[in-house]
Amino acid sequence: MEFDFAEEQPKFLMLMYGLIAFVAVVGGLLLLLDVVPAWFARRRETQLVAASASGAPLPRRPKQREGLFALFFMLPTVLLLTIGLVVPAIRTTLLSLMDKDSNEWVGLANYSWMFSDSSIIRVLTNSLIWVILVPLVATGFGLIYAVLVDKARFEAVAKSLIFLPMAISFVGASIIWKFVYAYRGDGDQIGLLNHIVVSLGGEPKQWLLESPLNTLLLIVIMIWIQAGFAMVVLSAAIKAIPGDIVEAARLDGVSPWQMFWQITMPTIRPALIVVVVTLSIATLKVFDIVRTATNGNYDTSVIANEMYNQAFRYGENGQGSALAVFLFILVIPIVIYQIRNLRQQREG
Amino acid sequence: MAVFTRPRQAFAIAGVLGLALSATACGTGDDKKSDNAGSAECAAYEKYDGHDGKKVSIYASIRDAEADLLERSWSQFTDCTGIEIDYEGNAEFEAQLPVRVDGGNAPDLAFVPQPGLVKRFADAGKLKSLGADTKTMAEQNLPADWLKYGTVNGTLYGVPLGANVKSFVWYSPKLFKEKGWTVPTSWDDMIKLSDTIAATGVKPWCAGIESGDATGWPATDWIEDVVLRTQGPEVYDQWTTHAIPFNDPRIVDAVNRAGTILKNEKYMNGGFGGVKSIGTTAFGEAGLPVTTGRCAMHRQASFYANQFPEGTKVAEDGDAFAFYFPAIDAAKGKPVLGAGEFVVAYADRPEVQAVQTYLASSEYVNSRAKLGNWVTANNKLDIANVASPIDKLSVQILQDKTGTFRFDGSDLMPAAVGAGTFWKGMVEWINGKDTASVLQGIESSWK
Amino acid sequence: MTTATPTIAVGTQQTDGPKTTAGRVRKRLNSRTATLISIVIAVVWTIPTFGLFISSLRPEDEIKTTGWWTAFTNPQFTLENYQQVLFGRSSSSGQLASYFINSLAITIPSVLFPLAFASLAAYALAWINFRGRDWAYIAIFALQIVPLQMALVPLLKFFSTGVTVAGITLMPAWDLVDEQKFAQVWFAHTCFALPFAVYLLHNFISQLPGDLMEAARVDGAGHPKIFRTIVLPLITPALAAIGIFQFLWVWNDLLVALIFAGGGDETAPLTVRLAEMAGTRGNEWQRLTAGAFVSIVVPLIVFLSLQRYFVRGLLAGSVKG
Repeated sequence: MEFDFAEEQPKFLMLMYGLIAFVAVVGGLLLLLDVVPAWFARRRETQLVAASASGAPLPRRPKQREGLFALFFMLPTVLLLTIGLVVPAIRTTLLSLMDKDSNEWVGLANYSWMFSDSSIIRVLTNSLIWVILVPLVATGFGLIYAVLVDKARFEAVAKSLIFLPMAISFVGASIIWKFVYAYRGDGDQIGLLNHIVVSLGGEPKQWLLESPLNTLLLIVIMIWIQAGFAMVVLSAAIKAIPGDIVEAARLDGVSPWQMFWQITMPTIRPALIVVVVTLSIATLKVFDIVRTATNGNYDTSVIANEMYNQAFRYGENGQGSALAVFLFILVIPIVIYQIRNLRQQREG
Repeated sequence: MAVFTRPRQAFAIAGVLGLALSATACGTGDDKKSDNAGSAECAAYEKYDGHDGKKVSIYASIRDAEADLLERSWSQFTDCTGIEIDYEGNAEFEAQLPVRVDGGNAPDLAFVPQPGLVKRFADAGKLKSLGADTKTMAEQNLPADWLKYGTVNGTLYGVPLGANVKSFVWYSPKLFKEKGWTVPTSWDDMIKLSDTIAATGVKPWCAGIESGDATGWPATDWIEDVVLRTQGPEVYDQWTTHAIPFNDPRIVDAVNRAGTILKNEKYMNGGFGGVKSIGTTAFGEAGLPVTTGRCAMHRQASFYANQFPEGTKVAEDGDAFAFYFPAIDAAKGKPVLGAGEFVVAYADRPEVQAVQTYLASSEYVNSRAKLGNWVTANNKLDIANVASPIDKLSVQILQDKTGTFRFDGSDLMPAAVGAGTFWKGMVEWINGKDTASVLQGIESSWK
Repeated sequence: MTTATPTIAVGTQQTDGPKTTAGRVRKRLNSRTATLISIVIAVVWTIPTFGLFISSLRPEDEIKTTGWWTAFTNPQFTLENYQQVLFGRSSSSGQLASYFINSLAITIPSVLFPLAFASLAAYALAWINFRGRDWAYIAIFALQIVPLQMALVPLLKFFSTGVTVAGITLMPAWDLVDEQKFAQVWFAHTCFALPFAVYLLHNFISQLPGDLMEAARVDGAGHPKIFRTIVLPLITPALAAIGIFQFLWVWNDLLVALIFAGGGDETAPLTVRLAEMAGTRGNEWQRLTAGAFVSIVVPLIVFLSLQRYFVRGLLAGSVKG
């Protein structure tokens, strides 16, 4: 079958429409924001001129202008978020109070199911383990690595290697690690982990079957992917520490260890927060890894995975939605922390 | 999105940007009929005429090479009638279809492999009942056993399409001949043979239930086959409809009986390791050791024939073939476990009904069967059009009027059980959990 | 891959170093251990991908029976897997190149739209004084948690039936066909990307030096002008960094594309085709090894070519100094 480029043209055309739409929307918005205030300013000028001519009191500068600007700046985002996320979130909350076909209200039945079903309790515990371990370990690794390779000769290459997993999809990464954990009962081990264990004289294991070890092994996959994110962000923050501070500290004879804790850490604190918060939320929503590696069997399931199964595979819309709402609740501590941060920032 | 309504302007811009746009981007009109419409070949399709240029979308889980065969199978129909069939196959079909339907973006037709899912859509009022022609065609050409599974509350919604036979045990005729083993025709013979083989140091059985997000299903087939054989079709029906509890003592017995093979370290798992390796062995690979002599028997459906590497002779005197999973209790007859897919309609436009009727017709099933790798319970299928020995055997079994056919039970149960706790329960069971608590867990999930 | 940038040049200048010999030895040891540890980590991190790469070059039988490391002692290599992936035999699925083009057509606008909208919103949240802006910011931040799976059905309904309130059609159904469906995918990806993009950009923009803004305001510049002439140039590195994340996310996405574009070769991205590569029944997974590499190539090029922006700083501090 020959590749027919002509058949692909409509796609390029469509892409171009998209780009035109982009230019039109964004350019139009900026233009609008430029023109409208200019018009207001002119009107104000005429008013001022007229007022000074007639001797009437000067009209006050209109106050709501800032709010108007904010509205236009925020308009696309607010619109899209309302359609794409707010409405679905409200709908999900309502569905969680209804039966599986979303026909009748059942009150909190789906929630009591959630907290009484032993397999779901297991799912909630697993999610907790995930959300504690992934952000901590991934950030830790990223930070250590960023410090270690900072200003090293091979820095660029070294960073690319750690970042590489970020370029691989979650599904792809899980397949890679399934190869690592693979087990063969007889014959050669084709999984690297078992190969190492056997060559050290151990017995090969079915890694993904052994709970709770298997959950940790899945967490390794997530850390492997996300450490790159932590590393690039933190490395950028470290590089941004003003040179004169470092210099002054060095002249004072501060040891590298002290330097790290007394200068590096406080300076990169905002970056650390961003990384930990982002990773926590990504981890709460983790889905593809568990689905690809074990499909939630052997006590490895997590909330998002179970939510997907309930809502899409089993047709249990109510129970699936209840799990989603539980995710919303889990994020509240992070939100509160964020509010506190914002307050401090405003005050400081 | 107003920009899409002004193609001319965009064309001009495209020209400016240096993208050569030829006239091929323009439509070629509605007439899709090929020149030989009206010829002798097309005579059989005259009754579907009158929908020239209409489009019908079909969504199913069949993809890749099998989807090619599918599209070839109806190419004559589309050429002659001018109906354009827009086929899409996807591995996530079962999860995606409800999303599309709920989102108001349903396909015209879908091939649904689970009667349980057909029921869910029918109950939600999403399905269209069959047109008169389609209904007549289906009732003429398909056995009542099968139509029953496409019927919800007395209305026929799903027209059976393809089928497969699950009650098969794969083995290597070559190896059996070499070792002097004979194909067992009773359960006891099969156990005896297993012991004989185990004594030679070869693990007699191999199995694998890993199948992505459907992990566990091969084990549920095992259980269903044994329930059918030890308890008979009536108890089986009661079990799949939840008229008796999932953990009824008779079912516990059957599961334990299956366990004498599946969870027997002496028998399992040829080529892969111990019993636990069943859980992580991909079902597609599980039976391959049969051809290398590292495992003697592998219970799996007729479609497993496609899993053997190219060059494997799948025939009664070849590298691999299957025998009927023997009866346990002669009094319960010769039951056959199988599965297949049902064509359901989300639209009732005449062209959609025409396609649905066509898919139940003699023309279609023979056209598809000629391309290979496919069987159906449709009685218009001429066995002469079926080439491969294993497909022939399957058709014989499906068309055998004396046999008792039962549909794969996990496809009949509500999805939360049949595609959820039953699968997961079997995974835990293989991984060492005891029968009673596994079945208890499944029972408590069935509301 | 040059990462040297003028901004860090100051920091790299070494002083005379430790005065004592012991100090010098300790420092050298430290940097040796540091180098060693970082090399070990880098190697451990790379091995799984490397193993996959080796596997992708091995024949099917070998992949399924022996570990990839045996390829060094018993080298058997083939391009068969890549051949199958790039020129797959399935005629109903079409050519890989079609999917590649689809991926591009889906990804480019899906990166541009959220970047533009998010930077506008982030600017407003950081530098325009309006009532409730902190709560607006927190709300957008919190929306990150909404699992996109739960948004699929309502969003699909939005496209397929439009919006009608009290009998008045506010927006008709989109009724798009074939490649027009890309628009739905752009829309969906933009929605899902906004909370994260706004969060990161707000972090960045809010820490820009306030006196810059103040000076501009004194000169009579309004918000649009400040945004265009002062903020946009300063946040370019952050935009590039977030752009890369969004690019990787969209490029690797399967679910959103499947729902909003469908799985045919007219609209489906590369990921859909690669998922099919495993064979109808999952038994051809040797093709996945090659498929995974084919799909990594583009994100890798994008990352490597934009990498220096990361170094320049994803976060505020970098421009403060």
